[in-house]
Amino acid sequence: MADDPAPGARVRPVPFRGGGFRPQTNSYVSLAVFIGLILLWEAGSRAGLISPIALPAPSQVLVALADLVRTGMLWKHLSVSLMRLGVGWVLGSILGILVGLLIGLFTIARAALLQLTSALFAVPKIALLPLFIVWFGIGESSKIATILFGSFFPTVIATYSGVDNVDRNLIRMAQSFGLSWGSIVRKIILPGALPAILSGLRISSAIAIVLLVAAEMIGAQFGIGAYILQAGSLFAIDQLIAGVTILAVLGLAISWVIGRAERRFLDWRS
Amino acid sequence: MRLLADRIGHRYGTTEVLRDIRIAIGEGEIVCIVGPSGCGKSTFLRMLGGLEEASSGQVLLEGEPPAGSLNPITYIFQDFALLPWRSVEGNIRLVLEDHRLGAAAMRRIVGDVLERTRLSEFRAALPRQLSGGMKQRVAIARALAVRPAVMLMDEPLSALDSQTRELLMDDLVELWTRDRFSACYVTHNLAEAVRLGHRVHVLSRRPGRIRETVEIDMPLAERAERAAELEAMQRHIWLIMREEARAADRELADGR
Ligand SMILES: Nc1ncnc2c1ncn2[C@@H]1O[C@H](COP(=O)(O)OP(=O)(O)OP(=O)(O)O)[C@@H](O)[C@H]1O
Ligand SMILES: [Mg+2]
Repeated sequence: MADDPAPGARVRPVPFRGGGFRPQTNSYVSLAVFIGLILLWEAGSRAGLISPIALPAPSQVLVALADLVRTGMLWKHLSVSLMRLGVGWVLGSILGILVGLLIGLFTIARAALLQLTSALFAVPKIALLPLFIVWFGIGESSKIATILFGSFFPTVIATYSGVDNVDRNLIRMAQSFGLSWGSIVRKIILPGALPAILSGLRISSAIAIVLLVAAEMIGAQFGIGAYILQAGSLFAIDQLIAGVTILAVLGLAISWVIGRAERRFLDWRS
Repeated sequence: MRLLADRIGHRYGTTEVLRDIRIAIGEGEIVCIVGPSGCGKSTFLRMLGGLEEASSGQVLLEGEPPAGSLNPITYIFQDFALLPWRSVEGNIRLVLEDHRLGAAAMRRIVGDVLERTRLSEFRAALPRQLSGGMKQRVAIARALAVRPAVMLMDEPLSALDSQTRELLMDDLVELWTRDRFSACYVTHNLAEAVRLGHRVHVLSRRPGRIRETVEIDMPLAERAERAAELEAMQRHIWLIMREEARAADRELADGR
């Protein structure tokens, strides 16, 4: 048949050249790598390859963590940290989304606030902590203000650029059907900007954790940052690592929550 | 209700885009506008529906819109303009929600337009799950839901493959036969123009003026069968358009 290869001709399949460039996550692999690293570390410590002064074994860190739980200090440190983080980050994000929407929607707000926001965004907020201490005192307010400020600016920028990137054709369509201004904002601009807002929240949550620890290191009795600082000054490396572990888990938890929100609200994206 | 363009002219900065366009879209009439790329067809259509203001001239409404029309002048866009986060039904509800119709009336309208566009089974689907032709049918259903007096369509079939285009043209003819809406239909495709238009205005290259107007008084329903006659008409329009298109092409290539 004409469709068959000619007899005797050299035939070979066309090599596959597509594929790749689509990395996927696989929770089994990530878990295996994680456990593997811990086991390697434990083995290294037991074999004396890793000095216990530089880096205590995972089992010792676990003991330190268990101590924290047993003495009830874990909850004491964690609760104040979560309170500071929660209040600062949530308020900063809400205010950031509001101001970002204003900049995205109104010429006056954009003219007045855009440059200011860009200028203040670049200032490391930790440099403002002493100022906040002068203003608000050494108590909770100055720490919360630092976190609030730190998460406010990235959220503003993510929100207004999200609004800017909403498909203009959709807005024009809505106008052509006579939708009210409020409906356009609620039903088109907000959902259209949501992907950008959520990825802004992801970034601002990481910044908030950094600022939380920094603020707690400067003047706090309790809190994960304070705990890490105390451990460091006593050279209690096992406690220090335990503190860092708690922070890592906190970061993972927040990222998981945002991931869930993305899956819940952005399921319309392919 | 009639829609009249009264000596519309427009410039963007120093570029003159449209000059002295006079067009009337009568009740139940489909008016097609063809013309070379960049001659200002889309700009003109935006002006007809009040999405953009002309530098000179004005768009006028004559008579009252029919009772019960929620949005007398309604667009159908080339890129469908569906909200990706709303289902088929949600996209149709979007344009009804501001009118406070009550749940029952809303359900009735949505059910009715979905049925007329044969989309009832897909009411819960998201736009990304639909083919191009189905997306445009959703956009048509959405337009029908507000009971328009005039539909403004900017190359509504251009993003579709030729088979889908044929099918949708049949659908449009069927819908028109039932509802007798009026329409201004902008297209590049002369076959569409002679198939759907009661009148075809040929625009010149930029600045767009009306070069010629061709009346086609064959009933829409018969046009699928009388393809040969239409072919001649299409050829006639193409001969008018050819020089304009050539000249426009050269101008664009020159970067002027
Ligand atoms: N907002 C705008 N600002 C400046 N120039 C514009 C704007 N919109 C369109 N133009 C210019 O006006 C001219 C007419 O544009 P328009 O989109 O109306 O043409 P068209 O006939 O629809 O073209 P096509 O057939 O390619 O769709 C083009 O030269 C375009 O570059
Ligand atoms: Mg166009």
